[in-house]
Amino acid sequence: MAATRLKLNGLGLYAIAYLGFLYLPVAVLPVFSFNDSQYVAFPLKGFTLRWYDELADSYGLLNALGNSIRVALCVSVLSTVLGVFAAKAVTRYRMHGRGGLIGFIMVPLVIPEIILGISLLMTFSLSDVRLSLVTVGIGHLLLCVPFSMLVLISRMEGFDRSMEEAARDLGENAWGTFWRVTFPIIFPGVVASLLLTFTISFDEFVLAFFLSGSDATLPLHIWSQLRFPERLPSVLSLGAIIVVASTIVVFVAEFVRRRGVQLAPPRA
Amino acid sequence: MTKAIISINHVTKDFGSVRAVNDANFEIAEGEFFSLLGPSGCGKTTLLRILAGFEVPSAGSIYIDGRDVTLLPPNHRPVNMVFQNYAIFPHLNVASNIAFGMRRSGLSKAELAERIEEMLELIRLPGYGERGAHELSGGQRQRVALARALIKQPKVLLLDEPLGALDKKLREQMQIELRQLQQQVGITFVFVTHDQEEALTLSDRIAVMSQGDVLEISTPGELYEAPRSRFVADFIGTMNFFDCIVGDYRGGVLSADSAELGPVRVACTTPPAAPGEGFVLAIRPEKFQLVFDDAGASANTVRGRMGPSAYLGDRSHFYVYLEGRNEPVSVALPNLARSLDRIRGVDQEVWLTWPEDAAVLLPREE
Ligand SMILES: Nc1ncnc2c1ncn2[C@@H]1O[C@H](COP(=O)(O)OP(=O)(O)OP(=O)(O)O)[C@@H](O)[C@H]1O
Ligand SMILES: [Mg+2]
Repeated sequence: MAATRLKLNGLGLYAIAYLGFLYLPVAVLPVFSFNDSQYVAFPLKGFTLRWYDELADSYGLLNALGNSIRVALCVSVLSTVLGVFAAKAVTRYRMHGRGGLIGFIMVPLVIPEIILGISLLMTFSLSDVRLSLVTVGIGHLLLCVPFSMLVLISRMEGFDRSMEEAARDLGENAWGTFWRVTFPIIFPGVVASLLLTFTISFDEFVLAFFLSGSDATLPLHIWSQLRFPERLPSVLSLGAIIVVASTIVVFVAEFVRRRGVQLAPPRA
Repeated sequence: MTKAIISINHVTKDFGSVRAVNDANFEIAEGEFFSLLGPSGCGKTTLLRILAGFEVPSAGSIYIDGRDVTLLPPNHRPVNMVFQNYAIFPHLNVASNIAFGMRRSGLSKAELAERIEEMLELIRLPGYGERGAHELSGGQRQRVALARALIKQPKVLLLDEPLGALDKKLREQMQIELRQLQQQVGITFVFVTHDQEEALTLSDRIAVMSQGDVLEISTPGELYEAPRSRFVADFIGTMNFFDCIVGDYRGGVLSADSAELGPVRVACTTPPAAPGEGFVLAIRPEKFQLVFDDAGASANTVRGRMGPSAYLGDRSHFYVYLEGRNEPVSVALPNLARSLDRIRGVDQEVWLTWPEDAAVLLPREE
């Protein structure tokens, strides 16, 4: 298939301006993370790896990063597991009040996080639960399950339930049917849900602000460091690493998704 | 009849207020090619899914091979199903699709590979094992679905409109293959279709369903030549219906009177109703003969006017209008040389005649 030549008309210029607006701020991160100066200002001074060195020694930052990764991992796995079950229940069983139930679960999507944060904080303190990463995780879970459900419900609805019936018919029990048919077919959705919820939890600020107690997550730590100008460059270097890492993850996920599209059964 | 492999005992299935299957009660013999035929929504799929174990009947019981399976889940039944859309697993290749149900078969890897190769041979797709599911045409998917079910050596194979998604040519070819396959493996087939021609071609026996009721179970020949209800007569092929009044019955021949046909004589073993009462006379289009000269006013002869006609290659269809009858009579004649060259076209005066044993007697329905 021949690619159509990109013409530089109005629409093309708009597209370039848009991409510039999207990526220029992101490009600032790596550029200044190698800049041999404490201050984020032009002209650039010289090349250095100093900030990356400093990053390796900055205990608070690494600790916060570790916290965020741990919370995000737990939250993404848990919310995806819950999402799979919920999506299966919603799409595969005849239920009364199905629409109402879905709406009810989706509510956290539209409640402002600050309200959610305050109400969770009140709930935890009323029930004498000590604030920690666990409470942050619970808050994030509340936020992430609806996203997992959205992704997985559309994946579940996209494939014919006669696949699962065929597996039962060929002698598999419910458990075997899930692992040998349902899971492989919804796998791209599972990956999408894991990535999405990991990202949501990883950079979530408001709920973490209310619920973290003394264990800072990465966004909280960065926020607290912005008061000290000399710490900023190593925050930049961390930012650059995260940008590169997430780019790789997105590419991998896209690859998995494409494979999934290829494997998807033809729609009736 | 040989031994019954399936027996359906007074099975009823309700979905809320909809009665999908109403008191189905019949048996299917071992090795039979049995079809469930009926218009859309009549409950064919529901009955098949009850046999497969995907639906539990609201009342009644199912026995397969002498065992009560009414409440047995699908994975424990000695039957396998070919789904309407084939339900080929998209994430597995052809060989893995066929091997899917053999996990607990206890076969070694080599034996299994051999069995798969045999199945591929049987469905005439040798060497296709490594193909991906999405690399198959409709007809090939259908055959893989067959192989996937047949490798389990089920007592009964259930097929839900397996040819519905194929084009006409391929469908006719697959019909022949399916019938050959069934005779080759000797497994009982229960085949759902809404295509009466397909059912007539393939089946040993056919159950005609309408709105959840099983109306009649007969061989294709009986269904066509001697249907027992107006619905079946109408659903299978084309049929002309005439209201008649019973007259004399003597020597195996019934004399009757029809406002549309005049005096009628029909060969039958028993009269359909008492003298003076009404019944319905049904005549297939191909049982009529067209006469172009005044045939007089004898029994089984009626005068009419030619209506529109259609040329169908091996035969032609005509509409003939009778006095006192709104809808035209359908007449089908083979296109033999000279037989039709006296047709002048619409409005020509013609006479229809038919033999005494050509008509079917049906009870009048309110
Ligand atoms: N799961 C269900 N829930 C509610 N009603 C159902 C369900 N399955 C079938 N029905 C109803 O039962 C009746 C029979 O359906 P069924 O699918 O058996 O028809 P069918 O003869 O297979 O028709 P078709 O030729 O269109 O496939 C229909 O009126 C249908 O709406
Ligand atoms: Mg159906």
